[in-house]
Order: sequence, then structure tokens, then C-alpha cells
Amino acid sequence: MGDIAIRVQGISKQYRLGKKERYQTLRDTLASTFTVPFQRVGRLLRGEGLDVAERNELIWALKDISVELRRGEAIGVIGANGSGKSTFLKILSRITEPTTGFAEIYGRVGSLLEVGTGFHPELTGRENTYLNGAILGMKRGEIDRKFDEIVAFSEVERFIDTPVKHYSSGMYLRLAFAVAAHLDPEILLVDEVLAVGDAGFQKKCLGKMGSVTKEGRTVLLVSHNMGAIAQLCARTIHLEQGRLKCIGPSTEVVSAYLSSSIGDDVKSSWFTDSSKPNHAEVRFSSARLLSVDEQPLSVVRFDSAFFVEIAYAVTVPIRDLSVSYKVHDTQGNLVFEAMDTDMPEWKGRVREPGQYRSICEVLPSFLKPGRYRISLGSFVEHVKMIEKQESVLSFDVSEVGYPLNPGRLGIVSPVLQWKVIG
Amino acid sequence: MEQTVQVIRIERSRGWVALQLKELWAYRELLYFLVWRDVKVRYKQTALGVSWAIIQPVFTMVVFSLFFGRLAKMPSDGIPYPLFSYAALVPWTFFSHGLTLASNSLVGSANLIKKVYFPRLAIPIASVTSGVIDFVIAFIVLLGMMIYYGIVPTLNVIWLPLLLLITFITSLGVSLWLSALNVQFRDVRYMIPFLTQLWLFATPIAYPSSLLSEPWRTLYSLNPMVGVVEGFRWALLGTDTAPGPILIVSSLAALALLVGGAFYFRRLEKTFADVV
Ligand SMILES: Nc1ncnc2c1ncn2[C@@H]1O[C@H](COP(=O)(O)OP(=O)(O)OP(=O)(O)O)[C@@H](O)[C@H]1O
Ligand SMILES: [Mg+2]
Repeated sequence: MGDIAIRVQGISKQYRLGKKERYQTLRDTLASTFTVPFQRVGRLLRGEGLDVAERNELIWALKDISVELRRGEAIGVIGANGSGKSTFLKILSRITEPTTGFAEIYGRVGSLLEVGTGFHPELTGRENTYLNGAILGMKRGEIDRKFDEIVAFSEVERFIDTPVKHYSSGMYLRLAFAVAAHLDPEILLVDEVLAVGDAGFQKKCLGKMGSVTKEGRTVLLVSHNMGAIAQLCARTIHLEQGRLKCIGPSTEVVSAYLSSSIGDDVKSSWFTDSSKPNHAEVRFSSARLLSVDEQPLSVVRFDSAFFVEIAYAVTVPIRDLSVSYKVHDTQGNLVFEAMDTDMPEWKGRVREPGQYRSICEVLPSFLKPGRYRISLGSFVEHVKMIEKQESVLSFDVSEVGYPLNPGRLGIVSPVLQWKVIG
Repeated sequence: MEQTVQVIRIERSRGWVALQLKELWAYRELLYFLVWRDVKVRYKQTALGVSWAIIQPVFTMVVFSLFFGRLAKMPSDGIPYPLFSYAALVPWTFFSHGLTLASNSLVGSANLIKKVYFPRLAIPIASVTSGVIDFVIAFIVLLGMMIYYGIVPTLNVIWLPLLLLITFITSLGVSLWLSALNVQFRDVRYMIPFLTQLWLFATPIAYPSSLLSEPWRTLYSLNPMVGVVEGFRWALLGTDTAPGPILIVSSLAALALLVGGAFYFRRLEKTFADVV
């Protein structure tokens, strides 16, 4: 047992989907108390199984996962949206119980499913540091000792006695991450907290995670950032629809995942799977690529502009909603991200319930020839993420009209204006 | 340096589960911070701050004095009616506030519950505890009123901490049931104002319990707040109501509520993160 940190044996987790297990009203329960027994008897009399009707409401968020983590190992967890990554972490951090199977954890666990959990807007930075530290499981003396270090890391010294409701969102995240980063359990479980903040901050987070893994702590890291996974973790688990698809050296698993998620064929249009219930405030309904003359397309000439069209329904009025998309290349690099609030028109405005389309024009002569995939997202900036859809589209940028050397370095290859003065 | 490693086993629990009070104790610092947050936020967010702790019971006392004391000429065990009702309203307000806050506490902390592990019992316990400050403030006003009316407390005041404890236990006991139910059925939230209202009149706050004759009076004290209220008047104002049997029945009822509530809460606890 000496060098095992986490042993997971056949863990499965079943969730009830739809309205049922969310919350019911007493009336529904009372009503079903009377009707359900009769329905069951009826079904039995008709010779049907008892749980036919009830079963389709259940999903296995995780199915039969077994894995062992060695002490001091950093292991990544990747997979599409809804593949069960967060559920896996929640089970290991004892937030929710598995339906079957068991896990054993050897050592003190710290889990970070979100930064800033429990931050209260009315409290000052100092007060929130203590509160959040306690929530994450730090002792008071420990926070006292690390306090100056945390504040220095967060770079918000001047505002440490200001209520955090007056913080900019960047400051808020910095402080929240700083507290979390000073947690030092033997085993650390981290879910996508690297995906917050601006580029500089993300870099800092990555650096911190890097040093954490080098200190010989056991780390389980969930991320959609394939670069980070490949860089920080030696091994990676790929989950697919709750099942363990494969586990192995990160570089192999990541590239297998990327090519499988792009697929062999380009997918130039996408429609939501309407059989899945979706209660989000913003629901993506479709996405596609259009040429300048509004024809759907899947291959783009290097030197021509094109449009990304995202259709979605808004179900409740939302102020400051941003609909965005990300473009990744086959190496997993995030090439760019764009959001419809980049245009000032919709900044600060409320989007009333209804159907919308956000259409973005992408510059010509900019994306290097090759294959790309597009992921969608909607959020209220600095406030909350609403929905994400990973890798809904993929497309090729063709060599047609590419004036540069094929071996040109860099992620993008913009054709820029030069002046040479003699 | 290889010490004994802490081993945690994670698997599905079934049926009734242990209370794990030892673990709760290990999380006492978190409990402390949750209480501290509740108190701090309450006083930061309200314009009148601390005065709310006084306004509510005092206002109710004034209304009761006018309607029950003046108009209905309610008997008050020989004590001036305002003092008679206020001495009951002080523990009552602690009880009903704690109940309201704690019953909604799990739903209000949904984000914590979904993202962090800790014994969930800490949440309602912290909510009820945070009311102690308000209690102390309202109690000081009570002392002021006693001086004004020239009433000297009896030696029985030494029982006050115990009476406060019974109030705490009752408030927490009821909240454990309600907060756990509230996660599943949001109807509970709408039930609470109604419940506290009924409970207020089922407790001898506006009237003395001496209106009831003996076997009924002890039976009546199955409502733990009966014992608390009578106890407060007896200890502070020296009412001659011989609350012994009442107090014993009330304490036992309070304990039963708490223990039952704690086990019920623990039983439902595993569903909180999935449902809330
Ligand atoms: N409390 C819940 N009740 C019902 N279903 C749930 C609940 N939590 C998660 N699920 C379902 O379990 C599945 C796995 O969800 P999970 O959050 O683990 O996905 P994920 O891999 O973390 O996705 P993402 O990349 O979007 O974070 C999803 O289908 C989700 O709808
Ligand atoms: Mg997730």
C-alpha cells in the first residue's frame, strides 16, 4: 500500500436527470404517492417490467472506473463536456457518494473544484482569505502564517481591507486563486480552475501548478487545456460518457483524444441534440460556417474571410451576456477566442428571452492552413459561465491563396504589411 | 518521517448513518468562521445594524402590551405586562430567528455544498449560533427594563445558561428536520413563517401558562418553548410558577427533537450535493 495514494475500484455514479431529483413540490410527491402504486400494479398486470418508465430518467455519469494513483504522481483527466470528470472529482473529495464501487485515499486531501468558494462580497479581502481558507480546510494558525505570502501572490495588498464587492473581477480571481494555491495537502484534486482570468494570470496559475507537481504531491487535474495537461501530468485518463476510455502517457492520450474529438471528417454544421434535457439560461441550437456570400462551407480559402454563425435561445433576460467561440488547432493550441460583446453594442444591455444569432466575421489571411475545431461558450463576463459546447465544428483552411512558405513558424500566419526603407 | 497515513474509504452509505460528532469537532474552526461570517455580514448589510436585535422583540412587546395587556386585560402572574411578555420574547426571538435562518441555510449554501466537503451539520449549527449575539443584546434591554420596574432577579438566574441551551437545542432540532426537508421540497420555505406564527401562539408568551390546570400544563410543555419561557420568567422575574416538571418535560422533548433531527439530517445528507 505504501506508494499508492488513491485506489479507485469500480466506481459508478448514477444521476436522475430532469426535474425529478432536482426539487419536487410536496404536491407532486403526494400525487405520485397515490398514482405510482397503481401504475406499477397496472404495469405488472400487463406483464411489463417495473422500472421501464422510470429507467430512462437515470444516467450513469460514471461507469465502472478503476484506477490507481501512485504517491507523488500528477495525473490528468480529460474528456468532452458531461463525460463525468467533475463527478469523478466530487466523489473523490466526498462531496457526493458513488452509487457502486469504492475508493481509498491515503493521506490528507484538498480539493479545488472552484476558486473562491464561499467568498462573500460584503467581506474584505482579509476576511475572505480567512473564511475561504477555513472552507478549504486550512487551520487558522496555518492561514495566519501564510497570510502575507497569499497577499503577495495575489498582488492585491492595497485593497486587502476593501470589501471584495469593490474588486475588479481580475483582483477577485487573483485573491481566490492565491488562497487556493497555498493549500498544501498531500493529495490535491483540481477541477478546471486554470481556465479563469487573463492570460498573465493563467500563466501564473500554471506556474504554481507546475511547482506543486514538482514538490512531489499527488495531483489529479481536470482540464480542457490540453497543453497544460501534457505539460503538468505524466499520465492522463480519458473519460468518455462516464467510462474510462484509456489511461496512459499524457502525450499519447491527449493526441488520441484530440484526433477523436475532431473526427476524421470535418463537421461544418452542428445542431444541438434536442433529446437531451437542457435547463440552461442560454441554449445553443446550432452553429455553422458561412462563406462571404452566406453559403455553408467546411473548407476556407486562406485568403478569404468567412463567418461563424451561432444560433441560440435565451430563456431568461440576461444582462451582459457574451456568446463566444474558441478556435483550436490540431495540436490543442488555443488559436484565438472571440465573443460577441467585443463589439460595444451589446455591452451592458439585457438580452430578452428569444431566439438569437451571433455572427462573427473572421479575418482573411490569418489562420495557417490546416485543421481547426470550434468550441462554443456563453457566459456573463466575470460573473458566471452559462454553457459550454466543446468541439462542435471543425473546418480546414486550405492552402489556396497562401503566399507564405509552408514551413513558416508560429501558430498563426498573418500576412502583414511591411515597409522597407532604404 | 513516514507517519501513520490517514486512510479515507469512500463508498455508498445505506440507511441510517452515524452522526460523526468527532469529525464535526475537527471542523470546529470552520464552524467558527461560518458563525463569524453570518454575524459580520448581517451587521454590515443592514443600515440599523445591531438595533434590529432589539427592534423586533421590543416592537412585538409594545403591540402585545396594547392588545393583550391593556385591551384584553390578560393576567400576567403579577408582573407588569410589558416585562412579562418581553422576558418571553427574548428567548422566543432567538428561537424563531434561528429556526428561520437555519431552515433555509442549506439551500442558501448550495454553492458550498456542491463544491466543498465538510460535515453538513456545521451549516445549520452555525446559523442558529449566530443568533446568540442578538440574544445578548436583547437580553441587555431586558435587564434595563427590570431595573426600570424595580424587579430584582432571583437566585435562580444561575439556570439561565441551561435555559438558553434548551432554546438552542430546540431551535437546532427543528431546523435540522426542516433544512434537510427544504433541500428536497422547497415548500418548506413557505411553511416556516406560518409555523413560527402558530408556534408563537402555542407558547405562553402573550399569556401565562398558569391559565391551564395541572395535568394539561405539563402535557403542554411537550412544546419545549413552554419550559423555556416559563423558566425565564421564573428565574428572572421570580414568578411563582414552580416550573420543575415543565422544565423536565420540555428538556426531554427538546433533546428528542435534536437527536431525531440529527439522525434524519445525516440520513438525507448524502443527497444534498446532488439535489440542492
Ligand atoms: N447533480 C446532478 N444531477 C443530475 N445529473 C448530473 C448532476 N451532476 C452531473 N450530472 C450529469 O452527469 C454527467 C457528468 O457531468 P460532469 O459534471 O461530471 O461532467 P464534466 O465531465 O465535468 O463536464 P464539463 O467538461 O462540462 O465540466 C452529465 O451528463 C451531467 O448532466
Ligand atoms: Mg466539469
